[in-house]
Amino acid sequence: MAGNDVTMLKIAVLYPELLGTYGDGGNALVLASRARRRGVEVEVVQVALDEEIPDAQILLLGGGEDGPQRQATYGLAKDDTLAKRVNDGAVLLAVCAGFQLIGTSYEVEGGLHVEGLGLVESVTTRGAKRRVGDLLTRVGNRWMVGFENHGGETELGSNEVPLGVVEAGAGNGRFAGGARYVDGVRRGNIFGTYAHGPVLAQNPWFADELLTHALGRELEPLSSVADDLHRSRVREIGDFHDDVVDY
Amino acid sequence: MATRLPLRSSLALAGLRIVNRTSRALGVGQGTVAGGRVALRIDPQLVRRMSARRRIVLVTGTNGKTTTTALVVAALGGATTNATGSNMSAGIVAALATDQSPLTVLEVDEAYLATVAEATQPEVVVLLNLSRDQLDRAAEVRVLAEKWRTTLHNSSATIVANCADPLVVYAAVAQMNSKVVWCDVGSSWTLDARSCPQCTEPLHPEGAWRCECGFAKPIPDFVLGETLSGAGSSVELDISLPGAFNRSNAALAVVAASLLGTPLQLAAERVGTIREVAGRFTVRQRDGQTFRLMLAKNPAGVSALIGLVAGGSDVVVSINDLIADGTDPSWLYDAPFDQLRGSTVWCTGERALDLATRLEYDDVTARVVTVDEVAGQIATSKPVDVIANYTAFAAWLETTSPC
Ligand SMILES: [Zn+2]
Repeated sequence: MAGNDVTMLKIAVLYPELLGTYGDGGNALVLASRARRRGVEVEVVQVALDEEIPDAQILLLGGGEDGPQRQATYGLAKDDTLAKRVNDGAVLLAVCAGFQLIGTSYEVEGGLHVEGLGLVESVTTRGAKRRVGDLLTRVGNRWMVGFENHGGETELGSNEVPLGVVEAGAGNGRFAGGARYVDGVRRGNIFGTYAHGPVLAQNPWFADELLTHALGRELEPLSSVADDLHRSRVREIGDFHDDVVDY
Repeated sequence: MATRLPLRSSLALAGLRIVNRTSRALGVGQGTVAGGRVALRIDPQLVRRMSARRRIVLVTGTNGKTTTTALVVAALGGATTNATGSNMSAGIVAALATDQSPLTVLEVDEAYLATVAEATQPEVVVLLNLSRDQLDRAAEVRVLAEKWRTTLHNSSATIVANCADPLVVYAAVAQMNSKVVWCDVGSSWTLDARSCPQCTEPLHPEGAWRCECGFAKPIPDFVLGETLSGAGSSVELDISLPGAFNRSNAALAVVAASLLGTPLQLAAERVGTIREVAGRFTVRQRDGQTFRLMLAKNPAGVSALIGLVAGGSDVVVSINDLIADGTDPSWLYDAPFDQLRGSTVWCTGERALDLATRLEYDDVTARVVTVDEVAGQIATSKPVDVIANYTAFAAWLETTSPC
């Protein structure tokens, strides 16, 4: 699917009734809006627990509380549709609880270990304290800003690559080679992160990167208020001077 | 009553008065919370001692606490209250210290219900609603519902509960003494009630909501429709505050007051006279422009207010991110700002850029300005609606004057 020149884009928000605690619906809104402004026709579908995952180019998994997270995991694990869609080239953005459940396993309150979908190799345990606050990570040559609010610590398997290296905040709460934490996971067209809420709203470049993958072509530049927002957030969280901020 | 308190409590109260007088004189706040904190340090049992021999109503929920508390006070024809919205233990001590009237109506932060209910032994607890609010500091809504449920399980209070809200029902339904007065006053917010609080299966929230597991909307004792009917009577409920959500708050207030002996009819007439609560819905002015000030600090709050905003006009939305507001404005994406399409939205506050981004993505015209600029930029003879979150609202009250 990806790789073709797509003019019709389908975005599927998976189980918003379970995974949508932190404005996660905003990610779909941002993608749809940025694609439409480039003349792409967009359809956003909300997929309920008892519905099949449609053949969409972008799949979104959001954050949620323990109970709904488990419910969503069981729903997604009932067949291998999600894995098939991802193997066929669909872009998957998995945030917070969504990121945890695409891994090998995660731990919920009460010490129960829940088997994840195994789309990536990662084991999430409950950390000593809840991580709440701004999150700033280095993703390639870009800054990604977000807000994290989770009690999990995620250990990636030795073959996995994190999405970013943490400048401020905790992310996965695990160290890369040096003294820096890492955040999320990146494997092909799977993107996982602890930056919840509409992470794409604060990072227009990241939204465009996902769109580029999904549409299989470069996108013309698009200026928006989000550029100002991104710049100001990076400066505030990173406490940088202007000349250190690069884009 | 104060004379019967033990020496320790008397000292604590003296401390409270000194601190409050000092902080007011220094101009640092209204002094209620600071004094309350000092007093509680001297006598941690102060709330309990000062609650004895009072008839106490607690009002809690995510939205409408301050308004409903004021409405219950009005419905009763006056009572001791923490009218300033200082709704944790320190503010409650301060309120109890200022007034000896046995009828006491207290607004309680939803996360503090357990502590306050345990200390005050209320006669009535009003449960308004539960929805996502400041998730960076508050517990998630299901956790709160579970805490309420544990608190109310053995309580001897009569619970006045909005049965249109599944999370409220979950909290109240397990009460051992089953002194619950179910009030169907409606709810426009369903985003936090899409999965069953009991079993997490999807819940169909419209109308008489129910789940496969058997968890379902109870048969209401009172229903708010054209009139408020229940307990064998039906009363008109015409209120001066705007919005359906305020009418719902008023209905719960009237029912609560009736449980303390005020006739329904009289209670309904009394709440009808309230025109503003703590500056909310007042029209104020600045630099020749008039503004109608409204407070909303979470998606359900915005959702309730947005219908009141006239379409096609200028609207100001002010979003701050101080601790009291919540430092994470992700919730903006859960609020139905798309309904402002066609209006020009003037974005102010610390997170004006977040707001403008959110609006731009929904094709709403947004202009980022400072609070000082906004009056000069809008030229209309009508009052401009302002929707502001907590500290942004306080700033608007401070920088405007009565008309
Ligand atoms: Zn159920």
